[in-house]
Amino acid sequence: MSVRDQHGERREAVEDFGEPRDPQTTSEAVLELEAVTKNFGSECAVDGLSLSVREGELLTLLGPSGCGKTTTLRLIAGLERPDGGAIQVGGERVAAAEERAFVPPERRDVGVVFQDFALFPHMTAAENVAFGIEDWDADARETRVAELLEMVGLEAHAESTPDELSGGQKQRIALARSLAPEPEILLLDEPFSNLDVDLRVEMREEVRRILKETGVTGISVTHDQEEAMSISDRVAVMAEGKIEQAGTPEGVFQHPESRFVAGFLGHASFVSGYVSGDLVETPLGPIGRDRIHGLAAEYDRTEIDVLVRPDDLLVRPAEEGAADGRVTYRRYLGPTVLYRVELASGDVIEAMHNHADRLSLDTPATVELAAAHDLAWFPAQR
Amino acid sequence: MKPVTTYLDASERFESVRGRIGGTDRSAFALAALSAVVAFLVVSPMFWLLWRAGTVPPTEAYDLLVSSRTALITANSLALTAAVTLCSILIGVPLAVLTTRTDLPYPRLFTVVAALPLVIPSYIGAIAFVSMFGSGGEIDTLFGTTIPRVDGLRGAVFVITLYTYPYVFLTTRAALLSMDSSLVDAARTLDASRIEAFRRVTLPQIRPGIAAGALLAALYAISDFGTPAFMRATVFTSTIYWEFGGFNVEYAALLALQLVAIVAVILVIEAGIGRDEDASGGTGRGAEINLGHWKWPSMGAVLSIGVLTLVVPLVIFTSWLIRSVGDPIPSLEFQPGFALNSVYLALLAAFVACLFALPVAYYSGRTNSLLSRVLERATYVGFAVPGVVIGLALVFLGTRTLPSLYRQGVWLLVFAYVVRFLPQAVGTVRSSVLQIDEGVIEAARTLDAGPLDTFRRVTLPLIMPGVIAGGVLVFLTTMKELPMTLMLQPIGMDTLVIVIWNAQNALAYRYAALPAFILIVVSGLTMVVLLRQEGYDIT
Repeated sequence: MSVRDQHGERREAVEDFGEPRDPQTTSEAVLELEAVTKNFGSECAVDGLSLSVREGELLTLLGPSGCGKTTTLRLIAGLERPDGGAIQVGGERVAAAEERAFVPPERRDVGVVFQDFALFPHMTAAENVAFGIEDWDADARETRVAELLEMVGLEAHAESTPDELSGGQKQRIALARSLAPEPEILLLDEPFSNLDVDLRVEMREEVRRILKETGVTGISVTHDQEEAMSISDRVAVMAEGKIEQAGTPEGVFQHPESRFVAGFLGHASFVSGYVSGDLVETPLGPIGRDRIHGLAAEYDRTEIDVLVRPDDLLVRPAEEGAADGRVTYRRYLGPTVLYRVELASGDVIEAMHNHADRLSLDTPATVELAAAHDLAWFPAQR
Repeated sequence: MKPVTTYLDASERFESVRGRIGGTDRSAFALAALSAVVAFLVVSPMFWLLWRAGTVPPTEAYDLLVSSRTALITANSLALTAAVTLCSILIGVPLAVLTTRTDLPYPRLFTVVAALPLVIPSYIGAIAFVSMFGSGGEIDTLFGTTIPRVDGLRGAVFVITLYTYPYVFLTTRAALLSMDSSLVDAARTLDASRIEAFRRVTLPQIRPGIAAGALLAALYAISDFGTPAFMRATVFTSTIYWEFGGFNVEYAALLALQLVAIVAVILVIEAGIGRDEDASGGTGRGAEINLGHWKWPSMGAVLSIGVLTLVVPLVIFTSWLIRSVGDPIPSLEFQPGFALNSVYLALLAAFVACLFALPVAYYSGRTNSLLSRVLERATYVGFAVPGVVIGLALVFLGTRTLPSLYRQGVWLLVFAYVVRFLPQAVGTVRSSVLQIDEGVIEAARTLDAGPLDTFRRVTLPLIMPGVIAGGVLVFLTTMKELPMTLMLQPIGMDTLVIVIWNAQNALAYRYAALPAFILIVVSGLTMVVLLRQEGYDIT
């Protein structure tokens, strides 16, 4: 049974979270993808994908490598032609497969920050920034370049060539360059993947600040869920060329609509439960029905799986008779320790603890649900 | 699911590398059309040659091809090629081992000494040796008969080997340097003797390098015109020219076709050996071979090769300059005009070659289709076809179809140079095209620059170094080109190589000295450019 079948099954029951997708509310959409499809040979990279992005929003396409997220970005930029569907930028149709209509990248109001920055190696930083506004008059161009260099904090490096710049500086210049022609939409392709870990966190904040300052609509692509959660207004999780789920970072994280999304956004364990009146019976003890998010009436008296995250659980050593299960694995992560516990019911859960706690392998343990928030659920897998 | 996504990811990447930017269909078509025109022009001389050979009555052609003369020429050419290749390997490989794997003192100096003979065009070496040690040469005249004479087929083998073994030396050396020499140590610890380790470990790894060098040496040997001509050796190249000079053009055409066929066989054999770069690529230096008492003889051997290839010709040329023996021949007296003519022709050839190379190299560097590969390969015809054959083909074109061009202006000769040396320009331009990051071009497109604008502002500046390097190579190799210049030289336009040829014919060697010096300098510059291009670490 595939993940999406369940997902579809549940759609009827749950429709109140995430961003509204009603066409009426997307009138201010600056970007609209309608059933866009792209094939490479016999492989389908993007499969009937629909998406709309509102002005000033920062949306991240998040997914494992090969899910089609970069191809989606390239389709928006005009670097690829769609095989099906249509794309609108700022209300103007820039690609429509049926009419064979296609606006080349240079005539779309779209800027791109490339993964490897793609700075022109034969030009200085300032010349790179000025590249897209060559047709402006000289004064305006100079002012604009100075303004952008100041915004990214590299006034002092205007005359440096790309090979004299550090990774973070290259990224800033690439950002300034793409913003120079005042694009309607800015696309960022894995913008932080070429940076060191420390710099990555710093640049995330920086890029978000700059995008918000300029008010440009941003669409970024990443496979790093932490990065997506931390910079985006909205996250769209992709798998196999389709959008699995889109919504606010909190909404998507707390209320994943599919097991794939639940698993991709962080450690996910499932405990089986039986819905019985106002309670759900689980190996961790009964959970109040009101704590299970949007559990519809028709699931009464059925098996469900409840999603628990490692920080929702407390594992404690216990006497053999009173234990819920045994510790089968522990991984020391520095500040925290990850424990895996095999429950007597056969479910396997993972729990994250403070590094001061100590539990040895193979000790009997009790597992306690310590979450204050609603829990997500899925119909049981048969 | 995993393998599928991995594959998908790879294909995505591949597509992006090959730049399927929407909207460039029209410019791609224009580029393909331009490449096709260039490829057609470059291959066309072969059609002329075929057509001319086709006019020979079949029975006559058959008689000529099976004649004992043809058999002799074929045997001589094959013997020359085989002997030069073998001798080059016998000299080049030990020298490469000596300079990379032993404790030979001053390894850099000896590497340069061993590579330096490439600086001298072999026909200039030939003229020096023949004048001194040939029959009728100075030593012959002074002492009657002498030490083994350097002339004929043996002389050609001797001289060509001296000036082509560096190809094998350099490619073998590169292979040795890229090989992880700790493998040899590993073999030694597995109880293989030094010689056994070389045979079972080192040799298999450097074989592709040796093969690459041997191919270059073989191609050079079978295509070389000047050396066999000066040595009066009866091989294809020299005979084709002599038959052409004797107005026996039909026989010349048949021989030319046969020569092209033999070159094709050599290339096929080489493709069979393959150049798979399976070198282990380690940086480990491993233990050096301790030469011990053999240190001095080794140094002596390298030095004596250097003396033979460099010092002897230079001393001979200098002595001609100083002594000025023989009757003065005013028409051969050095004039700056000779050099200017050479430079003028070479500049034109370099310019046209770059112009031709741009569309072909750009198209094949950016598009990976059967068509782009075929068109690129077609421009490599000059790499395989000896100059004397291209010259002959264009003589047919000139005399039959375009008499207004034949020996009348520079264009037929310039075209011949371009056909012969275009591969050098295509090679350097193409590698600079391949170095361009596709993302940079896409970045320009998203920054509102159209395809032409992108080419002008981004691509062209980035590939300019490659274009210039290609032009310089064509310029320098054109300067010293001999057979095509002889056959297509515009009337009254004497160049440096023409003067050398005429001086040798008149046995007035002293007039060849100064042009020869100039050409040696030019060749030296070629080597600097070439080595920099190929990235050989010579020091």
